[in-house]
Amino acid sequence: MRAPIPIQIREPYFTKVFKPVVFALALLPLALLGWGVWQDTLGANPIETVTRSLGEWTLRFLLLTLLLSTLRRATSWVQGIRLRRMLGLFAFFYGVLHLLSYLWLDQFFDWAEIWYDIVERPFITVGMLAFVLMLPLALTSFKAAIRKLGRNWQRLHTLIYPLTVLGVLHFWWLADSKARTEVPLIYAILLAILLGERLWRWFVPRFSKTPVTR
Amino acid sequence: MLIKRPFDLTDNDVTDYALYQRRRDFLKTLGGIALIGASGFPLSATAKSAFSTDEAQTPFDDITTYNNFYEFGTDKSDPARYASMMKTSPWSVTVGGECAKPGKFALEDILKPHSKEERIYRLRCVEGWSMVIPWLGFPLADLLKRFEPTSKAKYVSFETLFDPEQMPGQKRNVLDWPYAEGLRMDEAMHPLSFIATGLYGKDLLNQNGAPLRLVVPWKYGFKSIKSIVKISFVEEQPDTSWGRSAPGEYGFYSNVNPEVDHPRWSQRKERRIGEFRKRETLMFNGYAEQVASLYSGMDLRKNY
Repeated sequence: MRAPIPIQIREPYFTKVFKPVVFALALLPLALLGWGVWQDTLGANPIETVTRSLGEWTLRFLLLTLLLSTLRRATSWVQGIRLRRMLGLFAFFYGVLHLLSYLWLDQFFDWAEIWYDIVERPFITVGMLAFVLMLPLALTSFKAAIRKLGRNWQRLHTLIYPLTVLGVLHFWWLADSKARTEVPLIYAILLAILLGERLWRWFVPRFSKTPVTR
Repeated sequence: MLIKRPFDLTDNDVTDYALYQRRRDFLKTLGGIALIGASGFPLSATAKSAFSTDEAQTPFDDITTYNNFYEFGTDKSDPARYASMMKTSPWSVTVGGECAKPGKFALEDILKPHSKEERIYRLRCVEGWSMVIPWLGFPLADLLKRFEPTSKAKYVSFETLFDPEQMPGQKRNVLDWPYAEGLRMDEAMHPLSFIATGLYGKDLLNQNGAPLRLVVPWKYGFKSIKSIVKISFVEEQPDTSWGRSAPGEYGFYSNVNPEVDHPRWSQRKERRIGEFRKRETLMFNGYAEQVASLYSGMDLRKNY
């Protein structure tokens, strides 16, 4: 078998240039939102725009994080995996801002109303749950935690699968029962592809009749 | 066929928008922006209505760019973008059902007998936002009476234009097209029920439901059907598009009620467009004094 031609960004360009550029790009949505608020270009209901946009960016970064390991398997570009923690933390960062915009701009820290929302509205319940599941991942993203948790770190971080499913469901249920699901549908399809790849990889070796060459 | 505009006043003649804007600018230079809302600055040629609120009016740009009109797309910016595809002239309205004078009427004939008045109404969307809109139009009751509904007419139903070429959102099956809404006869005949043909002294823009739309200010916005082409007097409670789509979420009455939540939106509070903090939602959108008697004896949790 032919060895795949490795696609690599040469060191130190990867760490000195590529990574910082990705970092800056990841901050761009926030900067654009801030600019929009400042210039009042976010439409008649800017608070809704800000909250929804932050929520969508959370989902996008979660999907990007999942995409990196798929890319590593599908291509010979292995460096991407070194962006995984950064993009995962950006997902958390936008998730925190999304939650904050809900708690502050939308509900004005009216805790009774917020609690009522969590209990009564399934899409809020699911969104909150997704956020709670993000917490342990963000909190154990440091090198010391990775070392300390060992194999359990891997296990813990499979939480990204259920939490991303909950995130997509959160968006889906927010949309009208029938009318506005086209955008959430795109996220659902992308997530299905990313999770499908993992399931395929897990199932096929187990059930294929031909022996797997090791 | 060329249908000429009638010789009498058009909506634009009522108050020239440029003049209206100049007045606004004048007031602004006086630092009196708040005054406009506070005084409900009267339009010279239109009758003042006792039903008008004196609350601060939502800016014209917000009213005309933040719309739910799924015939042009489900995003709130879609209607302003695509509604120009709809041709509102010529326009006709078909009236039928339990009435003595059914028929198909040209828009000009529908409008001609009515003198326009301004009604500054609150509008509350089921999604939890609200506006204050200075409508221009005439009472729905005045229009309906002309067709002489019979005693069998217990309800009146309305339909919006169905033409996917002019309304690209109808190419997708997001709702049962054509959009249908309805009122009980006594609701329709209530003096607050209004047919709007303009706002802010201008002709109605397409995204706001040109050339004529319903306005029922004590009900959620989706009851106020836009771009009406059909009016029917019926015996039985008519189906509505939203009712068919999600009967558990959108009842026939759809009265603004802070006590009855929607599964996705609490109805206790609302964000007035342009304001930062939310405000409490009022029963019947603040029109309880005028309309509560229509529903006496009804369980408003069941008849939401």
